[in-house]
Amino acid sequence: MFDLDRWREIFQSISKNKLRSALSGFTVAFAILLFTLLFGIGNGLQNTFKNEFAKDAMNSIYIWSNYTTKAYKGNQIGRRIQFKNDDFTFLKENFGDKIQTISPRIQRSEDVVYKDEKDRYTVRGVYPEYYVLESAKVTEGRFLNYRDINEKAKVVVIGRMVEKDLFGQLSAFGKQIKMGGIIYKVIGVFSDPGGDSDERFIYTPFSTMQRLYGNNDYLDEFGITYNPNLSIDAAIAFGVKMQRALKKKHNVSPNDQRGIGLNNYASGNKEVSGMMFGLSILILIIGFGTLIAGIVGISNIMVYIVKERTKELGIRKAVGATPKAIVAMIMQEAMFITAISGYVGLLIGVGILEIAGPSLEKFFILNPGVSQPVVIGATIILILAGMIAGYLPAKKAARIKPVVALNAD
Amino acid sequence: MIRIEKLHKSYPIGKDSLHVLKGIDLHIKEGEFVSIMGSSGSGKSTLLNIVGLLDEHDEGDYFLNGQLIKNLNEKKAAILRNKFLGFVFQSFNLISYKTALENVALPLYYKGINRKDRLKIALEYLDKVGLKAWANHLPNELSGGQKQRVAIARALVTKPKVVLADEPTGALDSTTTDSVMDLLKDINDEGMTVFVITHEEEVAEQTKRIVRLKDGIIISDELTKPAKAV
Repeated sequence: MFDLDRWREIFQSISKNKLRSALSGFTVAFAILLFTLLFGIGNGLQNTFKNEFAKDAMNSIYIWSNYTTKAYKGNQIGRRIQFKNDDFTFLKENFGDKIQTISPRIQRSEDVVYKDEKDRYTVRGVYPEYYVLESAKVTEGRFLNYRDINEKAKVVVIGRMVEKDLFGQLSAFGKQIKMGGIIYKVIGVFSDPGGDSDERFIYTPFSTMQRLYGNNDYLDEFGITYNPNLSIDAAIAFGVKMQRALKKKHNVSPNDQRGIGLNNYASGNKEVSGMMFGLSILILIIGFGTLIAGIVGISNIMVYIVKERTKELGIRKAVGATPKAIVAMIMQEAMFITAISGYVGLLIGVGILEIAGPSLEKFFILNPGVSQPVVIGATIILILAGMIAGYLPAKKAARIKPVVALNAD
Repeated sequence: MIRIEKLHKSYPIGKDSLHVLKGIDLHIKEGEFVSIMGSSGSGKSTLLNIVGLLDEHDEGDYFLNGQLIKNLNEKKAAILRNKFLGFVFQSFNLISYKTALENVALPLYYKGINRKDRLKIALEYLDKVGLKAWANHLPNELSGGQKQRVAIARALVTKPKVVLADEPTGALDSTTTDSVMDLLKDINDEGMTVFVITHEEEVAEQTKRIVRLKDGIIISDELTKPAKAV
């Protein structure tokens, strides 16, 4: 309900009582400012954590084979386990429901030549899905696709550092490079949050590599991302189950720690997410703490304001103001001041974070900031608090007999 | 207009209670100019507060404009006050951050009259009390007499049935007292019921009927001689 007259009364009351308005506004603005700053810094800490662990897909599992360290079922110790294409099929068939993406991988070190530039890089033969595992981002061209796999195309996607090393300032896209004496076409360039070392990889179709290096069905490793809906514990159990199944298939002792290796990011995630959880709780406590401080502040101010205005309220009652009109006036005024000053506090807080943010990176605070909903939520809570804080004393004031109110000083 | 029968009022003071009004019978007809005289503690202010619906009585009956006042809630009291009563207080009770004009217009705001109309009406009443030129001044820029005249304009602006004045001249010097009393007389001459509370003989003598109160009972109630021309 928009009542221009009532707003006029409120604006007058606010502007003619500057100290009072400023006091209550300051309390709220300060609370929201603190809330924004602390929350923002907390978020910045959390961002640093996330960033540290988000270099590869968080739900990755890598499986590789090695020499056995235990004799088992008539097999001698020190036997080399070799994954083949049928292991790929085996995993897909048996664990398909829990696998989000899976890619086999062959990895070699190779001299790579472009014109006069020559360097040695790790070359990986993979499926298109591998893209997900590395959290890589194609900056030019495209990543591998299934057509490349089917055609055993002689194409490569190179890391940003490879492009920089071999091509200098030029773009590598569409150029041809020589690896192990064979010519490949560069169809894409990628960057990787994992940094320089991850950007010195070269990806080529798995099938191409399998054909050119040995012409057999051998492969080195599997890169898997598990279904992100799995809980961390379920994901850990899932990794163990896959490892056990592969051990059984290759006649490796269940107790052999080396024959078939597995690195499940879920185990690391468990610790990280524990810390993140702790951090979130801390941020939440800080946030609520500031809010409560703000609420207490605004409540005190409201009690003071109503007390100060008792006589004025008595006059208003004497000339015909109903208790409802009194309560509505005080609450609307409180709400207005809280909303405006809350917004001001928010703007200042966001401004400070924006300006100071970059220089905080050395304190492990990355991109400090608060999300819109959180801030709006906090402001709404403060407005509600302002209203409740205004309501109780206003109600009380409205109930004071006019005689008493008029005699107040 | 105002009919009071066997009115009692006590105030609790700690565990005891102070019996302030001990059975008041009073009948004020429309158009009367009545003063209630009494020393402090006689119960005159209490009587005015009850008549003004600012306070509640304990026993007895009170009819305002024929309506029995009983168990009023705050809202009803507020509406009745706004409709029937205008107040003038000893300490003026103007809102300090509002101009004279806005103070006069305030009762009309609570009556739900729009801003344009109420400012117009308020200005008319300020003119009536001779303060049109002071309309946009704040109360602290006015003299005591001027403030009281603003308060009287405020009391009149809703066209009440009764104007209740509680020691209206208590904070004024003798010259301004006379001008305020003249104003009240003028209002009464126009047919308004005026109910003044005072402890000053000179003030009471200017009204048409004096009711003397002592220790919570009426000790005398008599008409004054027709007011002398000043």
